[in-house]
Amino acid sequence: MLCQKCNKKNASVHLTKIINGNKSEIYICEDCARENGELDFPLEGKFPLYQFFSGMMGMNAPENAEAVMPVEEAVMQCAACGLTYAQFGQIGRFGCDRCYESFDRNILPLFRRLHGNQKHMGKIPTRAGTHLKLKKKIDHLKLELQKKVMDEDFEAAAELRDQIHDLEKQLAEGGAGDA
Amino acid sequence: MPEKKKRRKLDEDKCLNQDNMADETNPSPENEKSLSPESKEQKSVTPDKSYNEKIKQITSKWMEGSGAEAEIVISSRIRLARNISGFPFPPLASDEHREKVLSMGKKVLQEQKDYLSDMNLLDISSFSAVYRQVLVEKHLISPLQARESLSSALILRDDEVVSIMINEEDHFRIQCLLPGLQLKKGWEEASRYDDYLEQVVDYAFHQDLGYLTACPTNVGTGLRASVMLYLPALVITGQINHILSAISQVGLAVRGIYGEGTEMVGGLCQVSNQITLGQSEEEIWQNLYSVIRHLINQERKARQHLLNKERDKLADRAGRAYGILKHARLLNAEETMQFISDVRLGVDLGLLGDVPVGTLNELLVLTQPGCLQYLKGKSLSPYERDLERATRVKQYLP
Ligand SMILES: [Zn+2]
Ligand SMILES: [Zn+2]
Repeated sequence: MLCQKCNKKNASVHLTKIINGNKSEIYICEDCARENGELDFPLEGKFPLYQFFSGMMGMNAPENAEAVMPVEEAVMQCAACGLTYAQFGQIGRFGCDRCYESFDRNILPLFRRLHGNQKHMGKIPTRAGTHLKLKKKIDHLKLELQKKVMDEDFEAAAELRDQIHDLEKQLAEGGAGDA
Repeated sequence: MPEKKKRRKLDEDKCLNQDNMADETNPSPENEKSLSPESKEQKSVTPDKSYNEKIKQITSKWMEGSGAEAEIVISSRIRLARNISGFPFPPLASDEHREKVLSMGKKVLQEQKDYLSDMNLLDISSFSAVYRQVLVEKHLISPLQARESLSSALILRDDEVVSIMINEEDHFRIQCLLPGLQLKKGWEEASRYDDYLEQVVDYAFHQDLGYLTACPTNVGTGLRASVMLYLPALVITGQINHILSAISQVGLAVRGIYGEGTEMVGGLCQVSNQITLGQSEEEIWQNLYSVIRHLINQERKARQHLLNKERDKLADRAGRAYGILKHARLLNAEETMQFISDVRLGVDLGLLGDVPVGTLNELLVLTQPGCLQYLKGKSLSPYERDLERATRVKQYLP
């Protein structure tokens, strides 16, 4: 493909620009990219981490980005905001909170490399936290239930089933109960 | 409160290119050249504000030189990144979504007014490029937010210690900025405001990954703790590079006081955590705290060493710096920072007269390009800034 700017050299830089939510894809040669400062500023402002992320995600520098990232990964897309995995690699930013689920398998190694961890150990928001506690309690009761069934203690099992049912109802209603 | 002034929306292309408008030959902090290209159009920024009123606007609590270890630690900052569940993050958001996020910020102020009565919402988009730059130099908004014009806002407490940036890289960024070494208080304050916000906003939170953020480097706690330090003796004794490289080995980042990529001049630097996931908030700021303690000890030892071995040289250095600051006609940003640092060391060690630490902190900010232009009430070329800087320093330094 020829450079979309000078139409002379081979386009080796693939840019995704996002300005005010509008995405546009450009293919240009390295000279034109450098001239426009695009290599330094792939998005609004500075992204010093850009290359860094590409490297961490197993992608390479811009000149042959398309060559190495497996196509099925590059086209993975967040259903909520439309960001593709390739675009994430370029801008180093997620499009929305759902991206985290959309790129689930692929980003855990990135977190391990960035933070040395992949599990949050800090603060839990109060409201969302009530919800989480409820979920954990239900999980716990379900395990109990299995045990009772195995022990053939059906009376206790029935009681647990009712309890789980109640909690699940609370959860569906927004989890405001006294979990 | 800052004056409000109508100005047209920033052109996105110009935003993108403004960083290329390098107009200086000598290396200086990046802000020196990052004013919007349109700043020339703003003939007068504030025709009717007096010098004293403007100085009052520029100076802030964190500069006052109080708090623990104030002769070495300038300020402590805690920042929490928070996002609304189900909304695109600001870098990808449409104008409409940005507006909705802003409305959410207004709703927080309204519904939590019992706790937030001493806070006001400032519409960044209504500010001139120069005044936005002033807010960047005061560390109240980021350079990124200064460039964003649409639905960009700041909720600011009257004492400027607590602020919430709206529509920066994340929907909300809660900041607590205190003078001296006060990480614990900073965390407690920021966390309290986080709770107020959460009562109104459905946070993007994941059971395993914690608070979800636009950038993967902030995920988890969303917490960035940073301390602004003054380590001149470690620079003079040549130990600084060794120590700072050791710091970067333990998951902390070091940079100049004016942002990424700015040089560390006169031993002025910021140290902050890089890891946000897998440690609790307390662990994060306590790790930073213990490293800062170590740095303070090293700096004290170096100062004592210099005092014992090179007392006259130090006094001479401070005196010369003071003389230049008092009498120079042209001062560039970098040398000014260096001379302020030299004077400060002399004052701290009792080798020079009495200049309040707070005054020197304030001077570091007052001599930044945005503040100089704001004080002057018009945009200035780099040469004019050097002239103006020398004038202001002379005037402000006792
Ligand atoms: Zn070309
Ligand atoms: Zn998404």
